[in-house]
Amino acid sequence: MALTHNSEKYDPKNPALKWFNDRLPLLSFGKEHFVDFPTPKNLNYWWTFGMILALCLGVQIVTGIILAMHFTPHVDLAFNSVEHIRRDVNWGRIIQGTHAVGASMFFFAVYVHIFRGLFYGSYKAPREVLWMLGVIIFLLMMATAFMGYVLPWGQMSFWAATVITNIFAAIPLVGEPILQWLRGGFAVDNATLNRFFSLHYLLPFVIAAVVMLHIWALHIPGNGNPTGVEPKDSHDTVPFTPYATIKDLFAVSVFLIPFAWFVFFAPDILGHPDNYIMANSQVTPPHIVPEWYFLPFYAILRAIDFNILFIDSKLGGVIFFAGSILILFFLPWLDVSKVRSGSFRPMFRIFFWVFVLDFLLLMYLGAQPAEGIYVTLAKVATAYYFLHFLVILPVVSRIETPKPLPTSISEAVLAKPA
Amino acid sequence: MIKAKTILMAIALAGLFSAPANASGTAGVEPKFSDWTFGGLFGTYDEHQLQRGFQVFREVCAACHSANLISFRNLSEEGGLNYSESQVKALAAEYTIADPASLDGERSGIPADRWPAPFATEQDARDANNGALPPDFSVLAKARTVQRPGLGWIMNYFIAYQEGGPDYVYNLMTNYAEAPHDVEIPAGQYYNAFFGGGIAMAPPLADGLVTYDDASVPMTTEQYAKDVSAFMMWMAEPHLIARKELGFKVLIILSAFAVLMYLTKRKLWSNVKH
Repeated sequence: MALTHNSEKYDPKNPALKWFNDRLPLLSFGKEHFVDFPTPKNLNYWWTFGMILALCLGVQIVTGIILAMHFTPHVDLAFNSVEHIRRDVNWGRIIQGTHAVGASMFFFAVYVHIFRGLFYGSYKAPREVLWMLGVIIFLLMMATAFMGYVLPWGQMSFWAATVITNIFAAIPLVGEPILQWLRGGFAVDNATLNRFFSLHYLLPFVIAAVVMLHIWALHIPGNGNPTGVEPKDSHDTVPFTPYATIKDLFAVSVFLIPFAWFVFFAPDILGHPDNYIMANSQVTPPHIVPEWYFLPFYAILRAIDFNILFIDSKLGGVIFFAGSILILFFLPWLDVSKVRSGSFRPMFRIFFWVFVLDFLLLMYLGAQPAEGIYVTLAKVATAYYFLHFLVILPVVSRIETPKPLPTSISEAVLAKPA
Repeated sequence: MIKAKTILMAIALAGLFSAPANASGTAGVEPKFSDWTFGGLFGTYDEHQLQRGFQVFREVCAACHSANLISFRNLSEEGGLNYSESQVKALAAEYTIADPASLDGERSGIPADRWPAPFATEQDARDANNGALPPDFSVLAKARTVQRPGLGWIMNYFIAYQEGGPDYVYNLMTNYAEAPHDVEIPAGQYYNAFFGGGIAMAPPLADGLVTYDDASVPMTTEQYAKDVSAFMMWMAEPHLIARKELGFKVLIILSAFAVLMYLTKRKLWSNVKH
């Protein structure tokens, strides 16, 4: 790559390493991609969430592998086996708490990461594939988190599994067979728990594989940056190591503080009390509420309570629910502005923050009972969610006059007040 | 400008962390929030209170409620009731445990045994309780909560409010009353103002019902309710103290590490205009 600081081929001095590297250039590869990789020097802390997310995935996989050694995926035993982990397994309550809280921290970080991408136009050419791989990772995360939540086999686990698998029944003609195929029977039961356990173990490794593609796709054009102006020469960049690595490590250690706060001082506060009641197919909880990170999409699912032409409300809800995420795949072509960074787009910037508020409103509404004013608000917020992508972004990107861009990152940096 | 806004957004996101799901608490009377010794960052169990709560559980609640995840040995664990091992051994020996491998199908208990359930099967439990099933106590204190009024749920994340369960149990125990004239209570149920109607459980506590060894502790329904609520919290979270102690060490180390990383980062970047 043209911008590489130290572009000569890495040649290990040690003869054994050299012998190895000549046959499999793993060391050269590592040096090129994890040390020399040119990183824009003006990245702010919102860019550290990539490393934070890598850490989250690692933490979930390591704690998850240990939990799987002590967990029993059977309807009669699963609930108590989680309690067994908390009570009797050495370090079990810390490992289990970290895994449960870790899911929330993972989603918190991924939302920051996604919204950072939305603001700074990280989805724009030439990074469309990088962005789309990110959306795939997000979808895989949702599937993994959902199935993981079912495993403790509490009341919310069971009813979440019932409600969410039911979504597939809305598909015309093949819905019912698909539903039975997913559940492994006519209702959520032992077969469902077993396959969810199997898939919950599998998917994180699929995520890891897509993450590698995501990083590969990142290393072709290199990082975006807050100005949205591509680096011109090596004055605009610093080597990834030590500059970005140390900065990322600082961010990671700050991120771990609230993480530890929840694990050690409030491990259950992000969950739901009903999940401490063992699953019971005969008793429906008064309010079935997903974990906080699914609330915006749950609100969208519930907002469609009316038929649209020949589409009944159930299928309509599912279409909007799926559409709310799938629409992200088309984002690079919905926003046609040549300017990447929201910092130089006065109109876009306002709408970006309105969209953030809309998303938070949906999150709030997802937790409320579907009655009264909440229903109306959810419909308005859902409509705005789609309006943002389908109307506001295409129109704003055509009519807005962006502010003048700096000619280079270095110029932008020098212009900053000290 | 972006910074201020983005930080606000981050705070808003953090605040909405698992927004107020539903309360398992009910819309009867306003709940009373007690000042639990194990609440907050520095809270620890009061072993005397746990021992009294255990006494209430053993003499009153255990007649109908099981505690299947609790073993006798848990009673001598550190950070809990702190009974001695010989006390627990003697206590366990008072109970007869069904054990098909024993000569007569039963034997006296040992510390490794689980707390014996009052009924052999769920059906037996229902038959003895007018069709209602007395829930198992093991994690019950975590399966209930009390909703704070208004936006109190936001505060919960910052004070690490984990005492919803004991608050629920305490309020339930202390709000049995005569049913108001306009409330119809089905036969076999009892009016509880906190529960917001009829409940299958008869008022379990009464002043003077349990005789405490320590004469300085009032023998009132309120005191029993408080003690047994604390004991139920211990059953649901027996290692709360150890968890918090480790938490302090982790937070201190992480904070120190973050400071060191910040200084390293600052030194490293000092020669780069960024």
